[in-house]
Amino acid sequence: MFLQQLVNGLTLGSLYAVLAIGLTLVFGVLNIINMAHGGIFMIGAFVGLFMVTVFDVNIFVALIVAMAIGAILGYLLEFVALRPLRKKKVSHLAPLISTIGVSIFLESLALLLWGPQTRSFPPDYIGGLIDFGAFKISMVQIIGLGVSVVLMLILNVVIKKTKIGKAIRAVSMSTETAALLGINPTMIISVTVMIASALGAAAGVLVGLSFNAIEPTMGVIIGFKGLAVLILGGLGNITGAMVGGFILGVAEIFSVAYGASTFRDAVAFGLIILLLFWRPQGLFGSKDKGGRP
Amino acid sequence: MLKLENIVAGYGHITALKDISLEVPQGSIVSLIGANGAGKSTTMKTIMGLVKPTSGKVLFEGQDITGQKTHQIVHGGISLVPEGRQILQDMSVYENLEMGAYIRNDNEIEADIKKVFKRFPILDERSYQLGGTLSGGQQQMLAIGRALMARPKLLLLDEPSMGLAPLVVNEIFETIKEISAEGTTVLLVEQNVRQALKIADYAYVLETGKMVLSGPADEVRHDPRVMEAYLGGRVE
Repeated sequence: MFLQQLVNGLTLGSLYAVLAIGLTLVFGVLNIINMAHGGIFMIGAFVGLFMVTVFDVNIFVALIVAMAIGAILGYLLEFVALRPLRKKKVSHLAPLISTIGVSIFLESLALLLWGPQTRSFPPDYIGGLIDFGAFKISMVQIIGLGVSVVLMLILNVVIKKTKIGKAIRAVSMSTETAALLGINPTMIISVTVMIASALGAAAGVLVGLSFNAIEPTMGVIIGFKGLAVLILGGLGNITGAMVGGFILGVAEIFSVAYGASTFRDAVAFGLIILLLFWRPQGLFGSKDKGGRP
Repeated sequence: MLKLENIVAGYGHITALKDISLEVPQGSIVSLIGANGAGKSTTMKTIMGLVKPTSGKVLFEGQDITGQKTHQIVHGGISLVPEGRQILQDMSVYENLEMGAYIRNDNEIEADIKKVFKRFPILDERSYQLGGTLSGGQQQMLAIGRALMARPKLLLLDEPSMGLAPLVVNEIFETIKEISAEGTTVLLVEQNVRQALKIADYAYVLETGKMVLSGPADEVRHDPRVMEAYLGGRVE
């Protein structure tokens, strides 16, 4: 039982981690909270679903298409809702509001295009359970966990080793210093929001697959969860987002398994509040930089 | 090589530079001196495109670079060692140097990093340490090394001696002389007037946003006003 729940928790947690990494990347380079992330997550879920139901492709192709659409939306989000505000040097609250606007727009667009009803992937689309004795794991979970882990590994290599990844880190540390090294911050910010949104869309497909419920409002609560993970891990910290995601996933599953299924979100968020009492700067944030890594 | 013509610049309603002009000939060391708040750093930021002048021109190798973005100016061949070093705290010494060569695509980057290590052996010892853990003097060396990694034609240094121990200050000024001897043109902003005038060919004195004096460094050094205001009233 315990092992089974742990497996379930880690699977869910890996999805939260991918979601929250997107938020933390954007926070890193722009110092803002991207409230449109949940909206892009939701669009990603729909794109994945339609690739599977209409074009009958396999889940990996659907994922790649969803991520590409996510990246395009990310580019538009940055170009329309963030860049003009940055040029005017307005307060950090303005992009918060403009991204909420984008999020509402995306939700309305989904309602218009696909209606309010909940949709799901075709039954038995992915296949059944695999029995390991001590625990069972479904193909859906294996794909969710596997894809998440692969995406996180790729991101880690990109951020640590590649020129563009190092430029993203430099812009996160200081936009001005990055520019003085010859980095074009506008381009790097654009690329970062695109990567983040592609990850958000991937999380959308995987969560849609796991819960098998895709609807226009699904981005809202998941957006809050991403936010909670962002703060729990330490703002702008990628490792923090990963660990925080797993903690939230495990906490949620255990609260369901051991009694309080109707309170799963309350228990999980309550736990996060307790952790933040202990470390207000987040698990991987440092105190003197206001939670930044 | 670099020419500022009648620059007026500021922040919001404050005008920090009131019609200043300045010239840096190729191969020279030019020192820009002045007290706190005189507008020295603003001058540097204007050259780098971090501050947009309300009027006036910045010319580099005869080209008007006034409207260019910072990263374009770096690509054009000017590098700034910024005030307060601005080391990338969470990157190693080695990575900081690599980032200095961001604009380059040749295969001599590693060789150039070795050259920086030869110039500053302490950086070699610390090459895997995070930039943020270095002492002030080491960070200054790293900042200079990082700027050199871009192979600039013109190197700007903003208060490189600030907050450093006297021995380290001497080392930094020696390095600046070496860099100049190797063929890089240098524009230096300093509060350490004595040292700055000693190594410079030309000097400009900035006071509350206005250029009050300029000329060959030797002449500036013996100007009574400079001696009184910046050198403690004594001739060296």
